[in-house]
Amino acid sequence: MSLLEVNNLDVRFALRRGDVQALRDVCFSLDRGERLGIVGESGAGKSVAAFSLLNLIARPGYIAGGSIRFDGQELIGMRDRALRRIRGHRISLIFQDPMMTLNPVLTIGEQMVECLKAHRRISTRDARAISLRRLEQVQIPSPSARLDQYPHELSGGMRQRVIIAIALLLDPDIIIADEPTTALDVTIQAEIMALLLELCEEHNVGLVLITHDLGVVSQVTQRMLVMYAGRVIEQGPTREIINDPQHPYTQGLINALPQMATPGSRLNQIPGSMPSLDNLPSGCAFHPRCGFVTRADGSTRQACVDRVPGFVTSGNCQAACHMVAEMIEHERLPAEEQV
Amino acid sequence: MSSTTTSAAPETAGPLLSLRGLEKRFSLSGDFLEQLKFKGGKLVREQQYVHAINGVDLDIQRGEALCVVGESGCGKSTVARTVMGLITPSGGEIHYDGERIDDRTTKALMPYRRRMQMIFQNPYASLNPRMTIQQTLEEPIRLHHPEWSPQRVKDQVAEVMASVGIAPDWGARYGHEFSGGQRQRIAIARALAVDPEFIVADEPISALDVSIQAQVLNLLMEAQRERHLTYLFITHDLAVVEHFGTRVAVMYLGRVCEVAPTATLFATPRHPYTQALMSAIPRLEDERPQHLRLAGEVPTPVDLPSGCVFHGRCPHADARCRSEVPALIATDEGGRVACHGVEEGRIG
Repeated sequence: MSLLEVNNLDVRFALRRGDVQALRDVCFSLDRGERLGIVGESGAGKSVAAFSLLNLIARPGYIAGGSIRFDGQELIGMRDRALRRIRGHRISLIFQDPMMTLNPVLTIGEQMVECLKAHRRISTRDARAISLRRLEQVQIPSPSARLDQYPHELSGGMRQRVIIAIALLLDPDIIIADEPTTALDVTIQAEIMALLLELCEEHNVGLVLITHDLGVVSQVTQRMLVMYAGRVIEQGPTREIINDPQHPYTQGLINALPQMATPGSRLNQIPGSMPSLDNLPSGCAFHPRCGFVTRADGSTRQACVDRVPGFVTSGNCQAACHMVAEMIEHERLPAEEQV
Repeated sequence: MSSTTTSAAPETAGPLLSLRGLEKRFSLSGDFLEQLKFKGGKLVREQQYVHAINGVDLDIQRGEALCVVGESGCGKSTVARTVMGLITPSGGEIHYDGERIDDRTTKALMPYRRRMQMIFQNPYASLNPRMTIQQTLEEPIRLHHPEWSPQRVKDQVAEVMASVGIAPDWGARYGHEFSGGQRQRIAIARALAVDPEFIVADEPISALDVSIQAQVLNLLMEAQRERHLTYLFITHDLAVVEHFGTRVAVMYLGRVCEVAPTATLFATPRHPYTQALMSAIPRLEDERPQHLRLAGEVPTPVDLPSGCVFHGRCPHADARCRSEVPALIATDEGGRVACHGVEEGRIG
């Protein structure tokens, strides 16, 4: 059994005009020490997915159904007291903006000691010693001086290193990182991602990495999910999806990257934009932007407009697409006829 | 397209825009009274500056797309704003089409303002929320062509809306009704409304999603082909530069450290900083991060390092790098690079 198992997760936001469904039927799992990427554009639901793992969805949002099992325990419906023992301890979080995560009126040391004391019976002296060791691990220059500094005295990259040190404080099983390097410069981003990867491997920590950057996912993760309009539309081993994406949206996303086109030529854009969650198109939510709704012979693939596609397996990957399902069906038929 | 574009492209030799030793510093010290301090029994005046750009020399040729890349705080946006006249430079000269423009009054600058337009990063902030799209697009035309009849203004707006793919019924709506990509399309339409020949785009796609970025980049490239535009394109995204730019200038702490044609720069980056920057782009084919590690972080532009501004992080720095500022020298590949190591042949 996997360390973390998410099944049919359904998250909604209760608004005056009715519920908006932010996540539908989201299923995934994470093994011990595994690194999973969740990719999608803004509004796809990737951050909501990450936050709901620890029941951090603020009202009017709520988890309407599904199950999240971590190490055999069901997290949905768990009492707050019990959940607090897992949150920040066995599953920790890294957010996009390090300035928002750190408390501006406490020194780095105070925040780290506070976190240790919340979860362990430990003396301040020991807690400081552990904190110092963690700061050394994230390669911060002059770590002992940093303990007594305030967050505003550090640069963005340095703050994100502190956040990683705090995330690692209590030897978690899983780190959830929500766009951890988006606010940083390219060279600093590369440093931070490499550091996160090294530490996860060294301590055998699982990583759920939320990002919109396919390059980062490709460098860091072993498996990935692609989300669109609140659903997972493709999942599988990262390398296989990047090299041979099945779902037309994943293909579009990869082909739209400037590095996929010859310099100066027209980029392969996906027409239109992501639909808003309270007004989703019928059938497959991607169908109004999809080039495969019309078949090669000019006929319309009616299923795309009428029915929500289920997952079909192709190799090690799964894609929720009627076109892919049809292609797999075609490949199978002649083979069976020959038998 | 109106007749102004064709007449605005005389075949004069020389660059469309050239920057000569451009400098800009921002004071951190407040007003005169706040600058006064007691030191050793004496009243002294102390001033502290952020040195945003420190002697930038750049030429932009007609029809090219010059990309300026660098990390936050390197002065790339300040260059863009200074060129547009939104910020007065502290030193150096800006020549546009052979004429010096940095010392002109606002009024004397007006004819140039029509020929150069700007696209900003954040389309949520650059559109006036109280104006309809029609009003937003008409405003620059009315300002620069007060003599045009209302009908002619409307025709011009209709034409520019069609050319960037804005539906005519958008005109009556307000900015907040549109998504980021659509707003950026409107911002581009506004820039194109007065038929400029030169466009400064400051991170025009960084606030947008990947699939929308491709749409906006395609639009900018189409506009360049159809209207013979010249671009100064500010970005931190090197993948976009490789695709879009004809030439690239890499900036670090307010100085240009390397300028080269795009293909040359990506094939043979010479400056150690350019090499580190290129290695840091996450590529799809990478299975592990494979960047060159740089020591430390970008120093603050308040106290600039002596000599080469990059020496503190450079793995090849020696005594000369710490004391002497390197000048841009031409390389065999057709670029220019400011590095003692490259000049001396220490760095390949």
